[in-house]
Amino acid sequence: MSRQPYVRPMPKASWYLANARYRRYMLREVTCLLVGVYCALLIWALAALSSGSPERWGAFLAAQQNTAWVVFHAAALIYYLVYMTFDWFKLAPKAMPVQLGEKKLPDHFIVIGHYLAWIVATVFVFWLAGVL
Amino acid sequence: MSIARKSVVWGLFAAGGTVSAFLFPAVIALFLLVAMGRVPDGLEYQTLHAFASHWLGKSALFLVIFLSLWHAAHRLRVVFHDFGVRRDKAVANAVYLVAAAGTVLTAFYLYRI
Repeated sequence: MSRQPYVRPMPKASWYLANARYRRYMLREVTCLLVGVYCALLIWALAALSSGSPERWGAFLAAQQNTAWVVFHAAALIYYLVYMTFDWFKLAPKAMPVQLGEKKLPDHFIVIGHYLAWIVATVFVFWLAGVL
Repeated sequence: MSIARKSVVWGLFAAGGTVSAFLFPAVIALFLLVAMGRVPDGLEYQTLHAFASHWLGKSALFLVIFLSLWHAAHRLRVVFHDFGVRRDKAVANAVYLVAAAGTVLTAFYLYRI
């Protein structure tokens, strides 16, 4: 190895602005903030639910009901679907290739399988929650 | 980081990513419905409390929150690096500590139900 390897200068905090591929990567990675927000909301909900009083649960639900949350959830839902869920499915065949003897299962089979499983999972959650 | 520990962290990240990719759109949609004032029947106190009292409901809630938290924590660690923060050890300790705290809180509240 050379004593003074060439290191291409690259801005540390803004390198991802250089091209569309990097930007897409960053837009996907920051979805972890949304996962964090919804985990926090779920834990908050469990805190209210576990207090044992229907009033505290009612107060939790009431605290969720305002226009700011409607806007936030609607935007979050679209962003999350595009950059987290659908991206995760798109990358699934790369992360978990399925080997069948000599051949590999074609990528689109795996992707379509994920979409179908996602629809089933979503319907199941909606059914549990009494939406359907 | 040793290979053994790395595989645990990666395993949790992948499992949590899969769980949250599949389920969080529905979770966000439920929060949206609640925010719009249309609380579904299953989210009324009695129904939801009964669901979370059953060991199956408890385990499902715990697994979803636990795995998603660790997924988010690991990804956030990488995001810090990508935004130019080079103190990985401090970042890793902080994000995993928050995930651990969230996991303990989840377990505690579920146990109390």
